[in-house]
Amino acid sequence: MFSVTMLGILVTMALAFARALMGPTVYDRILAVNTFGTMTILLVAVFGFLTDRPDFLDIALLYALINFIGTIAVLKFFEYRDLGHPGQQNADEEG
Amino acid sequence: MLLGFLAVTAIAIVRLHNLFAVVMLGGIYSLISAGIFVELDAVDVAFTEAAVGAGISTIVLLGTLALTKETETTPKKIKPMPFLVVLVTGSALIYGTFDMPVLGDPTAPVHQHVAPRYIEASGREVGVPNIVTSVLASYRGYDTLGEVTVIFTAGIGVLMLLGGRRPRKAGEKAEAAKKKPARGAGGKSP
Repeated sequence: MFSVTMLGILVTMALAFARALMGPTVYDRILAVNTFGTMTILLVAVFGFLTDRPDFLDIALLYALINFIGTIAVLKFFEYRDLGHPGQQNADEEG
Repeated sequence: MLLGFLAVTAIAIVRLHNLFAVVMLGGIYSLISAGIFVELDAVDVAFTEAAVGAGISTIVLLGTLALTKETETTPKKIKPMPFLVVLVTGSALIYGTFDMPVLGDPTAPVHQHVAPRYIEASGREVGVPNIVTSVLASYRGYDTLGEVTVIFTAGIGVLMLLGGRRPRKAGEKAEAAKKKPARGAGGKSP
């Protein structure tokens, strides 16, 4: 059961990976990286159950947090071309 | 399978010239290696790889991209000498791996030296249930102390670099705030 799940996750990883490689636009790549991160989280979790160590779930959760922060940083960079940008609201207030 | 992904990612990173895509692929590379580390049962290493490789270094590289151009300028000619050096070094390293014991081999030298003693005696000598913790905190205590010193120094350095500018900025702002009404008053009085 878990092996089949693992196989499915690996196939999804391959698909997301192909999109990241080909990706005509930047958004394709960002989405592919995000999907790939999610797949890694699932892979770690399923691998934990596959080897009878469900405590891998905690690690998977921490991966999820990192993935989230990374995606936000990437999107912020793409929106403003600058990581230290104060954001839309503050910019309007100052301007 | 994951190693194949890793190889394809590395080749793609070398081939691509759009640096934003390269940063993205770098994140994928770290995630793949984290997955490989998990499957090799090195969960702590995998976690560090995911946090540093996929999290922090992607963000730092993006910050660098914000300061530079987004496309790579590459010389088109392939220089033979560096290529040769890389080839020779790589084949020497691969030749070196032939002498290494098989992965997970219990008779490997690394498992024969001090590890049995740690496994047998650490509970009695140190009293910590986790053997890795007792090795780090007691058997290699001085080593760990040195590492902590290095990290502490680095932390102080970063804090000085980051925090050194802040009081001055606040002072400048306060001065500017003081100057403004003073100037206005100066303009009115004469």
